[in-house]
Amino acid sequence: MKFDQASAGGSGLAGLTERLRGLLGPDSVIDDHQRLRTYECDGLAHYKVRPAVVVLPADAAGVVDTVRACAAAGVPFVARGSGTGLSGGALPHADGVLIVTSRLHRIIEIDPANQRAVVEPGVVNLDITRSAAADGYYYAPDPSSQQICSIGGNVAENSGGAHCLKYGFTTNHVTGAQFVAPDGEVVRLGGKAPDPTGYDLLGAIVGSEGTLGVVTEVTVRLVRAPEAVRTLLAAFPTMDEAGAATSAIIGAGVVPAAMEMMDALAIEAAEAAVHCGYPDGAGAVLIVELDGPAAEVEQQFAEVERHCRGHGAFEIRIANDDAERATFWRGRKSAFAAVGRISPDYIVQDGVIPRTVLAEVLRRIDELSRSTGIRVANVFHAGDGNLHPLVLFDDAVPGEAERAEEVSGAILDLCIEHGGSITGEHGVGSDKAKFMPRMFSESDLDTMQLLRCAFDPDGLANPGKVFPTPRLCGEVPGRHKGAHPLQETGIAEVF
Amino acid sequence: MRAVEDLVLDTLAATTAARRAAEGDRVDGVEPRFVASPTTTAEAAQVMRIAAEHGLAVVARGAGTKLSWGQPPERVDLVVDTSRLDQVVEHGAGDLVVHVQAGVRLDVLQEHLAGARQRLGADPVLPPAAGSGTAGGLIATATSGPLRLSHGAVRDLLIGVTIARADGTIAKAGGKVVKNVAGYDLGKLLTGSWGTLGLVTEAVFRLHPLPARARWVSVPVTSTAAAHEQAQRVLHSQVVPTALELDRPADAPATLAVLVEGIEAGVEGRVTTLLELLGGDAGVAGEAPPWWGRAPWAAGGVALRLTHEIAGLPRLLDAVDDAGRRYGLRPAVRGSAGVGVLYAALPTEAEPEAVAGFTRHLRDSSPAWSGDVVVLDAPPPVKASVDTWGPARGLNLMRRVKDQFDPQRRLAPGRFVGGI
Repeated sequence: MKFDQASAGGSGLAGLTERLRGLLGPDSVIDDHQRLRTYECDGLAHYKVRPAVVVLPADAAGVVDTVRACAAAGVPFVARGSGTGLSGGALPHADGVLIVTSRLHRIIEIDPANQRAVVEPGVVNLDITRSAAADGYYYAPDPSSQQICSIGGNVAENSGGAHCLKYGFTTNHVTGAQFVAPDGEVVRLGGKAPDPTGYDLLGAIVGSEGTLGVVTEVTVRLVRAPEAVRTLLAAFPTMDEAGAATSAIIGAGVVPAAMEMMDALAIEAAEAAVHCGYPDGAGAVLIVELDGPAAEVEQQFAEVERHCRGHGAFEIRIANDDAERATFWRGRKSAFAAVGRISPDYIVQDGVIPRTVLAEVLRRIDELSRSTGIRVANVFHAGDGNLHPLVLFDDAVPGEAERAEEVSGAILDLCIEHGGSITGEHGVGSDKAKFMPRMFSESDLDTMQLLRCAFDPDGLANPGKVFPTPRLCGEVPGRHKGAHPLQETGIAEVF
Repeated sequence: MRAVEDLVLDTLAATTAARRAAEGDRVDGVEPRFVASPTTTAEAAQVMRIAAEHGLAVVARGAGTKLSWGQPPERVDLVVDTSRLDQVVEHGAGDLVVHVQAGVRLDVLQEHLAGARQRLGADPVLPPAAGSGTAGGLIATATSGPLRLSHGAVRDLLIGVTIARADGTIAKAGGKVVKNVAGYDLGKLLTGSWGTLGLVTEAVFRLHPLPARARWVSVPVTSTAAAHEQAQRVLHSQVVPTALELDRPADAPATLAVLVEGIEAGVEGRVTTLLELLGGDAGVAGEAPPWWGRAPWAAGGVALRLTHEIAGLPRLLDAVDDAGRRYGLRPAVRGSAGVGVLYAALPTEAEPEAVAGFTRHLRDSSPAWSGDVVVLDAPPPVKASVDTWGPARGLNLMRRVKDQFDPQRRLAPGRFVGGI
C-alpha cells in the first residue's frame, strides 16, 4: 500500500526515523542513501527497491519497538534475515522500514533432553546444527544456502532443502516462536511442548513470507543424528531412465533422506564450475542418500542400487567416506551458480509436480526448450517432485530475456496443469504473486486474505508480496469485482 | 413458525438429503433442528449458503466419536453430517498421497491404503468403545496417537484442504504435492479448529509406506523418575522408535512401550539394543499391548489432554499425583511420552469441584513442564464448573481470525477456546 502521509499521525517517515533513532540508538538506524543501497534487494537481484530506512535492532525488544513505531506512524515494514531468498520476499518497501535481523544471532539454548533449540531469528541455519552436534543432534531442514541463510527467513519462507523428503520442512520443525503482530502485540506461540491450546497460529505464520508479522525468537526441533549415512551416485543415459529408477525406489517403500537429479546440461555446468568428475556421457545423474539405523540403511542401499541398475544406470559410485560424499554433493549444490559458466544470464525456476508425472513434464519442458531455442538445465529434488529448471538466456540478445520469461512462466503452467505448485521452497514473494491466480481461484485467494486481515488489517507487514491484488480489509469478501471504490476515488492505491 | 421451519427444510432438501433432527442428533446435549447430509463439496457449500441465509448455527459431524469434546455449542440449528462425503477421491500410490472426502472413515481408508502397502500415519486416540472416526473429525480435533513420534501430527500430514466457508464460499489451500509453499497454509489453521472456521469437505494427506515388520518392547516402570530415564534412554539412542508410549493405570503398575518398525533384520537388531537399554524387565511382543492407542477414559468419563516438554515428563506425572492426592482422585494416564502428549482419565463419578480443583492445580504447576491442560470431555456438570480449555496464548489474534472467517459466529459457536 502506498504510504499515506496524512494518516501517519502527522509524524511521517522523517518523524519515524528520528523516533527509531531514539529507540534503537543512532548506530542501528540507516537512512543514508549510499548505505541504503546495500539493502535494495535480496537473493533475487533483478528486483531492486531502496528502502526508506533500515534498522538493525540489537535485540528482540528493538524489533518490537520498531514494529510498534511503524504501526503508530502507519508505515509499512519488511523483515529481512540474511537476504538469501530467491523470490524477492524480503524486497524492501520504498516508503517503508526494512528490519534487518542479522544482529539477533544468539543461540539462546540447545536443549537435547527436550530435543529443542531456542534461537534468535538472525541465527544462521547451519549454526544450529553446529551447536547441537556435540550432543548428537542436528537441525534437519537444510536449504542449499544453509551456511548463510537465517532461521527467521526460513520461518518466513517455510524453507526446504534436499533432506525434506524424509524429514519435512521448516513448518514441521518449528514448535514455538515469539511473534510481533503488525499492530505491535507480542505473542508467545507454542514452545517446547506440542499442541498449544487454540488455533495453530504458528502453523499459519510459518511460510507466510513476513506478511503476518515478525518472529523475534524461534524454538525448533532437534533431530537425533543418524547412526549411518550412505550416499550413491548413479549415471543414466537419459532422464527418463533416471526418473523410472526414482519411481521404483519410492514404490519399493524406501524413503531416502535425499534424492536429487541433474540433467546433461546441469552436469555440464557443474563440471565447468567445480570439476565434480561425474561419469562421462551421463544424460542424467541421480544422487540418493539413505540414513538411519545401520542395518536398515545397508539393506535399503542394496535395493536402491538394484533399482538403479534395473533401470539402466551404467555407472554407480558409492561414497566410502565423507570426502567422497561431499564430492557427490558439490556438483549438485553448486549447480545454480554453475550455470553462470555456460550462460550469461539465467532464471532459477521453482515448481513442483507429483513425482509420477516427472518424465512427462520433463519431456514437455524439453519441447518448450526446442521450440523456443531457450536452453533449460534441470536440477531438482526428484523425491518430492520439486523442479528447479534453470532457464538460460543472454540479455544482450534482443528479445531473449522476454522469451526466457515466457518459457519460465510456461513451466509453471505445466506444473499447475499436472496438479503441482508454483513454488516448492523459494516462496511467492514479489516474483510470483502474478502467478497465484493461475493456481488458486479468486475465492481461494480471498480466503487467504481473511487470515491476512485478521493479523494485519492495515496491510503494513511486507505489503505487495504473495498476493497480486489483495482486497482491502473490511471489504465484504467475495463481492469485489473491478477496481475498489477507494481506489477509484484516489484514497487508496492497489498494493 | 412451523411454516418457516418447513421452508428451511424444503430448501435444504432441494440441495441434498435433509431431515428434521432427532434425539440422537444432539450435540453435547444441545438439540439441533435439522440434519443435512451432502455428498459433494458443491452440495456442502450450498447447504452452508442456505444456513447463512437463514442465520443457522452449524456443527459438522463425522462419525460423532468426539462430538462431545470441547464446550457444548451455545446453539445448533443444523448438523452437517459428513457420512455421505465418504469417497476416496484419488489415491496417488506412486506419489504417496491420498485425496479424500471429509467423511471417509479412517478404518476404511487405512484398509484401502494397505492394499498398496501404505498408511496414513495418523492414528487418533479414541475412547475404547468408539468405532472409527473420519478424516474430517481427525482434522477438526487434531488428535494424534502413537505414530506421531515418527510420522508427525495431523497438521504435518495434511497437505491440501478444501472447505466450505460460513458464507458458502468454496476455498482450497495447499494441493496434492508434498512440497508446496504457495500461499498461506490454511490447512494448519483448520487443523484443531473444532469446526469453528469452516466446514472441511475434502483433504489431501501425505502417506507413508507400511513397514514390513513391527515389534513392541515393553518395560514396567515403578516411578516417575524411572519412566523419564527410560524414555530419555530410548529417545537419545539409535533405535529410531516409531512410537514411545506410557500407560499408567489408576491402580496398576506403569508400563513404557516402544514400537520399532522396519525391515526384518533391522528391527530384530534394534529390539536387541532396546532390551539391553531398558534392562532385565523388558519384554518383546509381536502385537501391540491392549491399551495401545486407546484413550484411558470410559465413555462419559472425564478426559484431559496434558501436553509437556519431553523432559518435563516426571514433573508432570508428579504434579498429577499431587493434584490427585489433594482432590481425592486417582487418574489414569496414558499417551505419547516421547512426543509430549498425554491423556488422563478421571472417574465418571468425580465431583465437579474436585475435577475443577485438580485441573487448576495442574495448570498452576504447568510452568514446571511447559505444557497445557485441557479438559477434552466430561459430564455436563463438570464442564459447567471448570474452565475446560484454560488459558491460550494469542487469544486476541485467534478471536480476530474467527471474526474474519465467521463474522456471524454461526460455526460451532462457543465450542472452542475463549468462547470462540
